[in-house]
Amino acid sequence: MKGRRSRQVTTAGVALVATALFLAACSSSGSSSSSSPGSSSSHLSGTLNGSGSTFQLTFQQQAISGFKSVQPGMTVNYGGGGSGKGRTDLASGVTNYAGSDSPIPAAEQANFKGKTVLYFPDVIGPITVSYNLPSVKNLKLSAPVIANIFQGKITTWNNSAIAADNPGVSLPKTPIVVARRSDSSGTTQNFSEFLVKGAPGVWTLGTSSTINWPATSRGGNGNGGVASIVKSTVGAIGYVDYADANASGLTFATIKNQAGDYVAPSVSSATAAASKATVAPNLTFSAIWAPGASSYPITYQSWVLVYQAQPNTNDTKMLQAYTGYLIGAGQKLLPQLGYAPLPSNIQQMAQAQLSKIGSAAASSS
Amino acid sequence: MSTITREDQAVPASALSERRPLGDRGFQVLALAAGLLVLVILVLIAISTTQQASSWFSTEGVTGVFSTTWNPAAGKFGALAFIYGTLITAAIAIVMAVPVSVGIALLLTEVVPPRWARPIVYVIDLLAVVPSVVWGLWGILVFAPWIAGIYSSIGSAVTGVPVLGALFGPPTSGASFFTAGIILAFMITPIVTSLSREVIATVPAIEREGAYALGATRLEMIRGAVWPHSQGGIVGAVLLGLGRAMGETIAAALVIGSSATITSHLFAPGDSMPAVIANEFGEASGVFRAGLMGLGVLLFIMTIIINIIARGIVQRSARRQRGA
Repeated sequence: MKGRRSRQVTTAGVALVATALFLAACSSSGSSSSSSPGSSSSHLSGTLNGSGSTFQLTFQQQAISGFKSVQPGMTVNYGGGGSGKGRTDLASGVTNYAGSDSPIPAAEQANFKGKTVLYFPDVIGPITVSYNLPSVKNLKLSAPVIANIFQGKITTWNNSAIAADNPGVSLPKTPIVVARRSDSSGTTQNFSEFLVKGAPGVWTLGTSSTINWPATSRGGNGNGGVASIVKSTVGAIGYVDYADANASGLTFATIKNQAGDYVAPSVSSATAAASKATVAPNLTFSAIWAPGASSYPITYQSWVLVYQAQPNTNDTKMLQAYTGYLIGAGQKLLPQLGYAPLPSNIQQMAQAQLSKIGSAAASSS
Repeated sequence: MSTITREDQAVPASALSERRPLGDRGFQVLALAAGLLVLVILVLIAISTTQQASSWFSTEGVTGVFSTTWNPAAGKFGALAFIYGTLITAAIAIVMAVPVSVGIALLLTEVVPPRWARPIVYVIDLLAVVPSVVWGLWGILVFAPWIAGIYSSIGSAVTGVPVLGALFGPPTSGASFFTAGIILAFMITPIVTSLSREVIATVPAIEREGAYALGATRLEMIRGAVWPHSQGGIVGAVLLGLGRAMGETIAAALVIGSSATITSHLFAPGDSMPAVIANEFGEASGVFRAGLMGLGVLLFIMTIIINIIARGIVQRSARRQRGA
C-alpha cells in the first residue's frame, strides 16, 4: 500500500518536471534570437527563424547550408507552410523573416500595425505548362488557348485553336486532362495572373491562390502532385514550376509572350522577363507577362520580408548578413536548383536596401 | 457520496487513514485541475477561432455562409459544398464500416473461441495505429488509380439508368467522394469494432444461456439476447465513428479530389470541410482565411452535436438496461 502511494507521487513528480522542462525549452527557443548581442559583426551568433513560401523552400534550405560556412555561429531555420502563413508568422512576431510570393495584400496590412516591411526579391522562376503527348515534341501555346484548355472549353488535343498555334504539327485526338493544384498556392496565383493579363476577356475564372476549376479537372497536392498526374496520364496538361517539371522529366510547351514570340521556360528567359519588369520603389514587381522578345511570360518572383525596425543590433546584423547572402553569393545556387537568379538591376536595388534593416528612424511607427 | 464509500473501505487500515486526507485532497486538486484545463483550452480554442472567423460571418452573412459557391478568386465564400462533402463522405464511410465492424465484433464475441479472437483483435487494432497521412498517401497513390478502373466500368454500365446513373455517373478520376468514403471507412472500422465488441461482451452470460436453454439457435440468441442489450452502445460507437469520419483531415484532403461542387455523382471529385482547411490555409489571407477559420468553427459545432447525441443515446440505453 505504502509502496504504491510513493510510486504514484514519483510519477506525478516526473510529470511535473517534464512539463517544466518542456515549458522552459519552449520559452528559450522563443528568445534565442536575441542572444549574445555583444558579438562582433564579423562573427555573428544567434538564431534567425523564417517561414512561408514553399516556392523558396529548396533555395532557403540550400542557402542555409551554404551560409553555414560564412557565419558558422548563426543558426537559420526556414519552415515552409505557404506565403500566407509566412506573413502571418512575421506579423505575429513568431519569426524574424518571411518568404512570400506576393506583396502583402491590402486585407492583411492591418496585421502589421503600421510597421514598415522591407521587400527583398530573392528568387525568380518560370512556371511551365507541362503536357504528356508522346507524339508531340515541341508544342506551342498562346495565352487564350491555355485559358480555354484550363477552363474546360477546349477538350481534345486536335482542337483547331491548338492547331492554329502549331502549324504543320499533327495533333492526336486524345482528350485533354487538366491537372491543377488541390492546395492553395502561389503557383496557382501567378499562373492565373498570367491568364488574366495574357488572355483578357477569354479567362473568366479570375486570379487567386485557389481557383474554382472545372469539376472535370484533376487536383494534385503540390507541384509534385500535379507533375505526377501529368507524367502518368497521356493527354494531361498542367502548370508545374520549372524545378519540379525538370525533376519529373516532363515535357513543356513554349509560350507566346507579350511581344508575340514563343519562348521556352528556362533560367535565362526568366531572368530576361524580370529585367523587363517595372520595379516599384519598395522593390515589388511582377515579372508575369513582362515585355521583351526573350521574356518567358509565366515568370514568378518571391521575396524575403523583413521589418525595417529591429529590436536589437544583433538581430539587425544577422538579418543583414543572411539576406545579403540570399541576394548576393547565394544567387549562384539558383540555376542548378531550377530557379533563376535576379537580373543585375534588381539585385543592385536589393543590395542597396540592405542598410535600411534596423534603421528605425525612417519607420512610420 | 463517493468519498464516504472510499473511507468505508479504508477503515481496516487504521494507521493509513490519518495520512489519507492530505493525499486524497492533493489528488482531487490535481484531477480537478486537469479536468478544468481541458475545458479551458476547449473554450479558448472556440473563442479565438470564432473571433478569427468573425470577418467571414460579417461579410457573408447567414445566406452567404450557407451558399454553394466557394470561389476565392471572386471573393465568394459559401460553405455548403464542403458541409455537403463532409456529410456525404462520412455517410459513405458509416454505411460501409458499420456492418463490417458489427459483424467482426459479433464474430469475436460469439463465434470465435477467445484464443483465436485475441490475434484478430490485435490485427484490427493495428489498423487504428496507421497514421492518417499514410492512409491518404496509400489512397491516392495505390487505391485511387486501382479503383478508377472499377468506377469507369460501373459508370458506363449505369449511364442512362434513372437513379443509379445520377449516383454513379461517369467519373473523371479515382479521387472522389466515394474514394474518400472508402478510406474513411477503413479508418473508422477499428474504433467501431472495438467499442461494439466491448459493449457486446457486457451482455450477461445468464441471458445468453437462457436463450440457448429455450432452444434458440445462435442467430436467434444474438437477435433476442445480445442485440437488445447492446443496441444503444453500438449506436453510440457508430456515432463516435461518424465524428471521427467527419473530422478526418489529411487522408480526405489527399483523396477527395478538391473541387467545391455539390453533385449527386458519388464518383465525382468533391471537397470536405477539414480537407479544404488543410489544403487552402497556406496561401489564404483576409476573408479567405477567416472563411477557413469559420469552416473550423462550423465543423466544431457539428462534431459537438454528434457527440452530444452519441452520449445521449448511450446513456439512455444504459438507463434502460438498468431498469430492465
